[in-house]
Amino acid sequence: MDFISILSIFVMACFVGYYVVWSVTPALHTPLMAVTNAISSVIVVGALVAAAAKGAAASSGLGLVAVTLASINIFGGFAVTARMLAMYKSKKKG
Amino acid sequence: MEHVILPAWALLAYLASGVLFILALRGLSSPATSRAGNRYGMVGMAIAIATTMATQAPIPEGHWWPRPTPEDLVILAKICAAIGLGAVIGLTTARRIQMTAMPQLVAAFHSLVGLAAVLVGLAAYLNPHAFGILLPSGAISPDSRVEMGLGIAIGAITFSGSVIAFLKLNGNMSGSPILLPLRHVINLGTLLAILGLVGWFTQDESLWVIAAITVLSFIIGFLLIVPIGGADMPVVVSMLNSYSGWAAAAMGFTLHNTAMIITGALVGSSGAILSYIMCKAMNRSFISVIAGGFGAEASTGGGAAKEQRPWKRGSAEDAAFLLKEAENVIIIPGYGMAVAQAQHVLREMGDLLKKEGVNVKYAIHPVAGRMPGHMNVLLAEANVAYDEVFELEDIQGEFAQCDVAFVIGANDVVNPAAKTDKSSPIYGMPVFDVEKAKTIMFIKRSMGGVGYAGVDNDVFYMDQTMMLLADAKKMVEDIVKALAH
Repeated sequence: MDFISILSIFVMACFVGYYVVWSVTPALHTPLMAVTNAISSVIVVGALVAAAAKGAAASSGLGLVAVTLASINIFGGFAVTARMLAMYKSKKKG
Repeated sequence: MEHVILPAWALLAYLASGVLFILALRGLSSPATSRAGNRYGMVGMAIAIATTMATQAPIPEGHWWPRPTPEDLVILAKICAAIGLGAVIGLTTARRIQMTAMPQLVAAFHSLVGLAAVLVGLAAYLNPHAFGILLPSGAISPDSRVEMGLGIAIGAITFSGSVIAFLKLNGNMSGSPILLPLRHVINLGTLLAILGLVGWFTQDESLWVIAAITVLSFIIGFLLIVPIGGADMPVVVSMLNSYSGWAAAAMGFTLHNTAMIITGALVGSSGAILSYIMCKAMNRSFISVIAGGFGAEASTGGGAAKEQRPWKRGSAEDAAFLLKEAENVIIIPGYGMAVAQAQHVLREMGDLLKKEGVNVKYAIHPVAGRMPGHMNVLLAEANVAYDEVFELEDIQGEFAQCDVAFVIGANDVVNPAAKTDKSSPIYGMPVFDVEKAKTIMFIKRSMGGVGYAGVDNDVFYMDQTMMLLADAKKMVEDIVKALAH
């Protein structure tokens, strides 16, 4: 992919993000932060590429540390979001 | 350019995980759909990880299946161990954390994303071949250098900034602003130096340039957050949330990965919008929050000029009597409720009142607490139904019909000075019209301390105000006891 295609995806995604986030109810702003935190750990993709590469010990070492950090976020972020969302109950259901 | 060409299925898989992340956020438009949304997010992440692992698998030419050498298996084992370790730490933390500590936890998680971005950036610098960013000449392509430099810089700022935010929120560091002399000059200078170095990096790919970018960015993250006080933390946490997104996006540009770019854009705009909402709810500009120091002058000065005005003190029994007689009660929780862990007993009080036929509602100010939505989570934890909890603009009109406005652990968000006193530091901030209520009950530790902004509150001295001076949890417990009689 050339730079312009990637930039196009990025700009479009910014707009999607803008409209999707404005539609999030303020009551769920804390879970929103927790889940955005979990998904921004998609940076693990870069960490895995670095960790899997051969022939550069320093680079793959950094990659492994990054995989660990991102995994803490992924598992912790989704789990804590699920825990919070499970608490939101409506009056009708009691 | 010798970019690693990913197979079409992998590109589609990354696109799918990007779309699932959009659906994850979309689900949060209502509590009913939010749980499904969170699951979309998990599936999206699983796809992204599985796809990356598959594209990195050693499949020789002409084969369909990986033919791993012992060396490959060692690498795979190490990666699985790293993921496993992260999973154990992450899941344990998520299970054990107290809901009142959520702001600290989010700050800590942000710092990890930031640090991971820095490490990935440095790894890409050290092994550009693996990331497919080498030019035929053997140099790293200049646009990749810019992306890498920016990714490392934003990641490092996110990391050190979040560490400071964590220390402040967790109480390891004073929540009051710490002001260095000449800080604006130092901060601007450092930022310009970082940008200059990123520019220089396109010409000179020596290690010292990338090292200097990393170190300076760690320092600026620290310097930027240190002068910002406790109650401005909702803005800071949102801003760092945004930064962690931009860091992921920058790395996505380096890797030409759509999942990372879409996610980065989503998270970046999410954090930016939250910062905007928080600033608006305080009627402050983003710049003035970032410049820091709010509340520092007032908390040191004040005191001397304060006049002694008469105020009325009530007991738990008085409060219980009035609450029982009321028709409409609006409860306004603030950070003090979180500190006192009073949410559960508060819900108990609400239930008892409802049994008496009282109409109980909760009113939440956008900046109540230390992060966006903080109070909502605590009330949800205490089993308060979300349809009894209202935002500022939805409940503002109801104070005129309200018999008791019950303020617990909040202060600045009910201060009428925000509407009337142009010289007040909180002038222009939208506040609850509690003074329209027949009775105001104000739970506060003592008459001495004033809100975060350091301004006195006229509500204390109004005829219809009953000051309930005690620890929030203790006071509500006593009211519950009195109600039960």
